[in-house]
Amino acid sequence: MIDERFDAIVVGAGMAGNAAAYTLAERGLKVLQLERGEYSGAKNVQGAILYSDMLEKIIPNFREDAPLERHLVEQRFWMMDDRSHTGMQYRSDDFNEEKPNRYTIIRTQFDKWFSQKVRDAGALVICETTVTSLVQNGEGKVIGVRTDRKDGEVHADVVVLAEGVSGLLGTRAGLRERPEADKVALASRKCHFLPSETIEARFNLKGDEGVVIEAAGTISQGMTGMGFIYTNKECISLGIGCLVSDFQETGQTPYDLIERFKMHPSVAPLIAGSEVKEYSAHLIPEGGYNAIPQLYGDGWVMVGDAAQLNNAIHREGSNLAMTSGRLAAEAIFQVKSRRDPMTAENLSLYKKMIDDSFVMKDLKKYKDMPALLHTQSKNFFLTYPQLVSKAMQDFLRVDGTPKIQKEKASLKSFVSARSWWGLAGDAVRLARAWR
Amino acid sequence: MTDLSVRVEDKLYQNRYQVDSGKVHIKVREHDKPSGPLRALLTACPARCYELNDKGQVEITADGCIECGTCRIIGEASGDIEWNYPRGGYGISFKFG
Ligand SMILES: Cc1cc2nc3c(=O)[nH]c(=O)nc-3n(C[C@H](O)[C@H](O)[C@H](O)COP(=O)(O)OP(=O)(O)OC[C@H]3O[C@@H](n4cnc5c(N)ncnc54)[C@H](O)[C@@H]3O)c2cc1C
Ligand code: SF4
Repeated sequence: MIDERFDAIVVGAGMAGNAAAYTLAERGLKVLQLERGEYSGAKNVQGAILYSDMLEKIIPNFREDAPLERHLVEQRFWMMDDRSHTGMQYRSDDFNEEKPNRYTIIRTQFDKWFSQKVRDAGALVICETTVTSLVQNGEGKVIGVRTDRKDGEVHADVVVLAEGVSGLLGTRAGLRERPEADKVALASRKCHFLPSETIEARFNLKGDEGVVIEAAGTISQGMTGMGFIYTNKECISLGIGCLVSDFQETGQTPYDLIERFKMHPSVAPLIAGSEVKEYSAHLIPEGGYNAIPQLYGDGWVMVGDAAQLNNAIHREGSNLAMTSGRLAAEAIFQVKSRRDPMTAENLSLYKKMIDDSFVMKDLKKYKDMPALLHTQSKNFFLTYPQLVSKAMQDFLRVDGTPKIQKEKASLKSFVSARSWWGLAGDAVRLARAWR
Repeated sequence: MTDLSVRVEDKLYQNRYQVDSGKVHIKVREHDKPSGPLRALLTACPARCYELNDKGQVEITADGCIECGTCRIIGEASGDIEWNYPRGGYGISFKFG
């Protein structure tokens, strides 16, 4: 394919791969980036919220030309049962700032922009090329990659594995395990197009302001999962994801799940009259801290979703991907600058840098959360939302029943559904996992 | 529920694919009666690529595959399916992601 030898090969042109390739090329390294899609972004799916801070650390003036949709001024959390939602929402004019903190983006368009920056920085980016395996020498050191192109073997000092959640190459080379069904969620997503004025009217927005809604409850049919509704300029991105193991055990289908979410009386009016232009689906790492594989070795580092770096509780993934890609690149640059070899020992600098960053600190904070939500999914996603909805409705409906009697009935329904021990236990477990 | 399920083909109709004719990237191991994981794929695949044939065996038609990797997670460990990415440039191309 190419006879040259590279300082680094980056596999994948998603958030993590683009961050790594850009950072390496900016620092003058000779970089080859390989992407199997027709273009960067062709295979990638996101909600999508972009977190400015992590991109600013890579491309400080990104706001000048990045394809940003709306800056977020409001966040809603919905706990849903079949006919209602109990909500919490936060909106602030403070978010109408000069350099907004969060934006919605259309992922494919964003990736194309980011990929152009990578090329401008001097990396050689080759799309439509699937990497089929890693090339290892006799001692197991990674020395390059094989691709599906003619004479498709290329060599480099170090390979950055930014191949996303499936981690096929890493698994095949024995660097990590295949993700387990209870540690990844399958999310499907649709793009509903509407005129921007309609979106602004329905969500109470002006100009480029945006809203995101995160939803949980009976919409996931007792499975561990969440729904989302994000506003872009001219489309609403809507989706729902649940653990693969839950799909496997319940026989629920992803397409029925998203259809039912769309038909919910709280959701249907928001997307009424829209035109659907795409249906996509993708896995999300959900195992948290305990599912993170080895992040480096002789001749390789692993970044982003490939390393399962995803904070499912806060719905953060792209920022962890960008940060890990940048840190891996900075570590490689330091090793290279010292003219040291790309051994596991030297590349452990990346692990040290990521341990010191918010990435590992946040993931560590919630390390017990995934297991808790999974084992208690019926309570957290079915029983509680139904009980909360009933209590709210009783509280609001004025029908001559004395308030004290209503309160007692609500409490009783909680206790009979879950028992005092169950309630207390769930509260303690949740508090502990959150701490 | 069936009237909901039928619509998955309509959904996929919106998507853009480059079909690599003659090359399949996912294969189902030959079987008489489908195993548990294979049966799970009938419902878990978001593009409904897996279906039962008239002999009661699970078959795949991967043309509408959106390359999510779910079937690999469910069916690769037991050897029920063999999973690869399509050749570079082929398969799904999202416009919005
Ligand atoms: C529905 C959904 C909503 C989400 N919402 C949010 C959100 O709002 N905010 C947020 O921060 N995160 C969100 N995430 C998570 C976020 O999308 C991921 O964390 C992020 O995309 C990870 O980036 P990555 O570069 O590690 O992986 P990816 O973006 O998956 O990139 C991997 C790349 O590698 C390429 N590739 C893989 N294998 C090969 C190979 N063998 N050869 C060549 N190329 C290969 C792929 O084509 C792809 O381009 C969401 C995820 C989903 C699915
Ligand atoms: S990769 Fe996803 S869409 Fe493709 S066949 Fe498997 S489960 Fe279905």
